[in-house]
Amino acid sequence: MNLQFLVDGLLTGSIIGLGAIGVTLTYSILRFSNFAHGEFISWGAYATLFTSGILGWAMGGAVPAIGPFSFGWTLLVAAVFAMALTGLLALGLDYVLFRHLRRRANAITAVMASFGASMALRSLLEFFFTSSPTYFSKKLQIAKQLGLGIRATPDQMVLIGLTAALVLSIHLLLTRTQTGRSMRAVSENPDLARVAGIDVARIVNITWMIGGALACAAGIMVGLLVQIRPYMGFDLLLPLFAAAILGGIGSVPGALIGGLIVGLAEAVAVQTVGAEWRAAIAFLLLIVVLIVRPSGLFGVRS
Amino acid sequence: MSAPQAENQPILAVTDLVSGYDPGVPIVRGASMTVAPGEIVVILGPNGAGKSTFIKSIAGLVPKQSGSVRLEGREIAALPAHRLVHEGLAFVPQTENVFGQMSVEDNLRLAAGILPKAERAPQLDKMYGMFADLARQRHLLAGRLSGGQRQMVAVARALMVSPRVVMLDEPSAGLSPKLVEQVFVNLAGIRKAGVTIVLVEQNARAALAIADRAYILAEGRNAHEGGAADLWNDPAIAALYLGGGKLRGREVPA
Repeated sequence: MNLQFLVDGLLTGSIIGLGAIGVTLTYSILRFSNFAHGEFISWGAYATLFTSGILGWAMGGAVPAIGPFSFGWTLLVAAVFAMALTGLLALGLDYVLFRHLRRRANAITAVMASFGASMALRSLLEFFFTSSPTYFSKKLQIAKQLGLGIRATPDQMVLIGLTAALVLSIHLLLTRTQTGRSMRAVSENPDLARVAGIDVARIVNITWMIGGALACAAGIMVGLLVQIRPYMGFDLLLPLFAAAILGGIGSVPGALIGGLIVGLAEAVAVQTVGAEWRAAIAFLLLIVVLIVRPSGLFGVRS
Repeated sequence: MSAPQAENQPILAVTDLVSGYDPGVPIVRGASMTVAPGEIVVILGPNGAGKSTFIKSIAGLVPKQSGSVRLEGREIAALPAHRLVHEGLAFVPQTENVFGQMSVEDNLRLAAGILPKAERAPQLDKMYGMFADLARQRHLLAGRLSGGQRQMVAVARALMVSPRVVMLDEPSAGLSPKLVEQVFVNLAGIRKAGVTIVLVEQNARAALAIADRAYILAEGRNAHEGGAADLWNDPAIAALYLGGGKLRGREVPA
């Protein structure tokens, strides 16, 4: 068996994991499944494309790429800016839509509303950017031999490193800071959190910002490794939820590991039984895990 | 300990409170209470009298329809729950009153979040001094502790911010008789430290033993109020509200 599936699986898994962290956080703190989360991925990618385009234009043409990578510094600046923008988009969607439903409607109403928001956000992207695929860069990258028959491009290697750094910082935020403790508190018991002096509305806003920013990071990865199109996030929605549930709803490390498992399972499936079966294999794995451990790998039984 | 301010100025004054989860269906229907600084006041009454809803609405967890709540003279009825802690009013819920998936220390640190940074560590040490059991178990998940120890975490969590008034919803519920005694000894100690205490209790005997005064609620309104010993020794009240005739004639243990 060719070990190349490790690199492919790790990359897909990182993308799914970054998105799944947002899904798991919104679920555990707001108690609803946000089916518009995939659109944060797409909007994040387009926001990065748009911003780096403007930066490049302002610099008077294409900026040279950094070292062996396919992108220049404009993309890095645009990425940071777009992550903040996507966080604000998530916050805005909560402000105009979910906030009102949270107060009055039941969970299924909020879920259906998120479906509606998903379609609306996707259609807006098609309207502004058309539905044809686009790219951050069309420059070809030569994959390097890493031994044992594994090959990876410089972009792929740096993205795996960046994902690890991003996830580690979120993990430290949640476990070591007062904000993180407050987020865990609201997720476990909102009323007790309020009694302990925590402003739940502020924690909800922080949760949306983090979820949006990480979705944007996932979108940038898809854009660099595959292509950018309005459906890129929606196509990831089922794997995102599979990863979040597999890892145990509410667990950030669980969401990442769930993402990696789904990603690796898909990569193995592509190599062994064929690409058309990859979603089926990932979900078969999900079903098996849930039968053995209904709360997910890192989930807490409630 | 004598109160620093005039005895006639109540630290907590609730007037004609009407509250409930649904706007049209009040559970508390015009209940009032005044608490003097340094007092222990207990709220008693039959099941469904609205005792818990009464203090939950004071704590900001149940919507108030009308009425006034004044803490040291300031009107606080309109403040959201998380602001009340800043004002000096702490609340210990009856059930699920600790974050079970967090360590004991994280439970306390979480509550310290509203304190200035420099005060957090000394305050944590003070709590560990007061509750030696918790110091030993600081790294255990609070959910793994026994009922009595969880109650200790919940009380320490409320005291972290040095509140002026602590309200407790049935602190003895679900505990063994020995632990119930311990809880009430702790409460008496907390009052000695200058904290005013309001508690809702089913365990009238133990609560009246440490309380100064009591309110008896029935159907969401004040039914009786008075000194703890007077209420206990009134046979009519004991028969009606304090667990029936079997308690009649027994003196409050002083």
